[in-house]
Amino acid sequence: MLYRLIVLLLLMGISFKAQAQKPLPQDMVLVKGGAFVPLYGGDSAAVKVKSFALDAYPVTNAQYLRFVKENPQWRKSAVKKLFADANYLRGWNGDLSIGAAADQLQNSPVVSVSWFAAKAYCACQGKRLATVEEWEYAALASETKANAANDEKFYQRSIEWYSQPNPTYLPPVQQSFRNYYGLYGMIGLVWEWTQDFNSSLLIGESRANASLDRQLFCGSGSSGAKDTKNYVAFMRYAFRSSLKANYTVSNLGFRCAQSL
Amino acid sequence: MKRSTLKKTVVLLGLGLYSMGILSSCSTQSSHAETAAKTDDAIPKELPTVEAELTDAPKVPAPITRSHAAKVVVRLEVTEVVKKMADGVDYTFWTFGGSVPGKFIRIRQNDEVEFHLMNHPDSKNPHNIDLHAVTGPGGGAASTFTAPGHETVFKFKALNPGLYVYHCATAPVGMHIANGMYGLILVEPEEGLPKVDKEYYVMQGDFYTKGDFGAPGLQPFDMQKALDENPSYVVFNGSVGALTGDNALTAKVGETVRLFVGNGGPNLISSFHVIGEIFDKVYDEGGSTAIENIQTTLVPAGGTAITEFKADVPGNYVLVDHSIFRAFNKGALGMLKVEGTEDKKIYSGQIVQKIYQPEGSTVQEMPSAGAPKAAIASSKDMRLELGKTLYAQNCQACHQAEGQGIKGAFPPLAKSDYLNADVDRAIGVVAHGLEGQIKVNGELYNSTMPKLKLSDEEIANVMTFVMNNWSNKGGEVTPDQVKKAKDNYKH
Repeated sequence: MLYRLIVLLLLMGISFKAQAQKPLPQDMVLVKGGAFVPLYGGDSAAVKVKSFALDAYPVTNAQYLRFVKENPQWRKSAVKKLFADANYLRGWNGDLSIGAAADQLQNSPVVSVSWFAAKAYCACQGKRLATVEEWEYAALASETKANAANDEKFYQRSIEWYSQPNPTYLPPVQQSFRNYYGLYGMIGLVWEWTQDFNSSLLIGESRANASLDRQLFCGSGSSGAKDTKNYVAFMRYAFRSSLKANYTVSNLGFRCAQSL
Repeated sequence: MKRSTLKKTVVLLGLGLYSMGILSSCSTQSSHAETAAKTDDAIPKELPTVEAELTDAPKVPAPITRSHAAKVVVRLEVTEVVKKMADGVDYTFWTFGGSVPGKFIRIRQNDEVEFHLMNHPDSKNPHNIDLHAVTGPGGGAASTFTAPGHETVFKFKALNPGLYVYHCATAPVGMHIANGMYGLILVEPEEGLPKVDKEYYVMQGDFYTKGDFGAPGLQPFDMQKALDENPSYVVFNGSVGALTGDNALTAKVGETVRLFVGNGGPNLISSFHVIGEIFDKVYDEGGSTAIENIQTTLVPAGGTAITEFKADVPGNYVLVDHSIFRAFNKGALGMLKVEGTEDKKIYSGQIVQKIYQPEGSTVQEMPSAGAPKAAIASSKDMRLELGKTLYAQNCQACHQAEGQGIKGAFPPLAKSDYLNADVDRAIGVVAHGLEGQIKVNGELYNSTMPKLKLSDEEIANVMTFVMNNWSNKGGEVTPDQVKKAKDNYKH
């Protein structure tokens, strides 16, 4: 009896703790949970996303420099090939140097980092990478709407960015597009790593899982999609699917998330 | 017995090497390819290795002279570049090799191709390649999905000869193709193609820009226009004017010209035609059998045709998509300049140009419907000015800009004895027309001048202009004078 009471009290304690509004860490914003139908939604079933916290900005060169200072194993010369390919921090000209344009680039997103590196960075901050679903859910927002999936202007602007070549110097994160949640640069700055970046074709129910042939080429790429006109989402899924965890790409950065 | 043990050892060794490769090479795809290459070493008869020559349109690599198969290494780099679509119009093209269409690849039937696809580190998107010349899943697309800054390798054997399209097949496929990701790969038959004098590479594509045709600036891709299959541009070789002016194709009279024609689409089917030529041969859809004496050949989106013709007479031959608004309003125009001596038997050039009179050689009335009312001159200067315009509109085609006429056909008005001798007679000629023989400045003329439907005011103006130019005797002709002269000089 006493034992049961203790268990009950403990459980209540946990739930109280969960309900108490913890202040969000600095530079993180709340993405209020909800449901949405992702591009690859199995039978077009809406996916529920719990409320979570997400970094307002992608991680910058300056922040990443601080990280490698404290974690020598992630320096350019020390990183294991298994965890990052040869182009890791390609733009940097040394272990602890952002490069010739350092002044200009310190507040720009860090790019050419692998998934392993991004994951390690977030872990060091007590955070994690966002899941594809969390990221896609947060990226639905325009300046004024949480879900701008059907806003043609927003869509056209997004597709225009995805069609342009990379700028010579990425702009500072604060200067990029700020969406409804207060997230900067979800569209129009860099691609971003997610926790389960290349699982988009494996999730869902078992029948879909049985057909691993649904790679993103030709017809089979679009046959599983709920909205074949959503080229913006297609491009993101296609991009993620081309990656392996040790890959580094010169327009691929990341930001961290936290469960509430 | 010994033999089989040896075999087993080799197989085990091979397997060992292979699995080692897998375990130690999580880094890149190319290391997998190296492993594959090693296992291939076991095949006793090694093919000679050749690096493929790749060319930008309209150039084509030299014909293959090898009489045996080879291992051909193809290295194709994907880049995303801003280039000219038309004068003053830019577009972000996604390219195989830096321009649209992609590099021309030329191999021989039964060649074994080691295909390297490199995606430039500055690319924003992943890309892959589907070569229609490949037998296997995705035409290579399944094996070449390549993130920016990476390289993938796969091998294929060219089983079927023919001219094939290759294109990117990364989602969203339509957009990758619409941005210019296509090119041609020629698999020559073992016996080769018949020798010709000139070979060129021409590839059509349709483009969908937010602005209409000619709208200036860097134009973004327009999704809705692409879905509606309503292109802003339809062009040969990636831009308006890529095959005209200084970029025109060239040939000499007597040469046989072969065009490797492709159509990247993404949407439209081309009705490929060369104005003023008949294709002696068309390998329709890029296949092995030639049909003969073809005027216009269909080139499907994602398909090809090889056309051949002998350049018999000199001149400019215009390449078009004969769905003709595409040619003259959306850019699907190219040009082949043929130089050499003329052959009047095949083509005479213009022999006769004369007035056509359906009712016989009677005097014609110029159509007057809807013509604006003539201005009334208030001074001689104004009469001269209005007369000048009237002259250009009504008289200049025959009597020429300086009134010099054309000897034997149209009498001169400049320093004309016939004109200056009697102005009123000349007014009558303008008002009523003239037929039959006259003598002007010593030359005999025997033709017809049609009656011009001009008002008295207009005749006064144009006559004043004529009389005050080219050393004629001057003076001013008034509408009243015209009215009288018309009555006095009736035929």
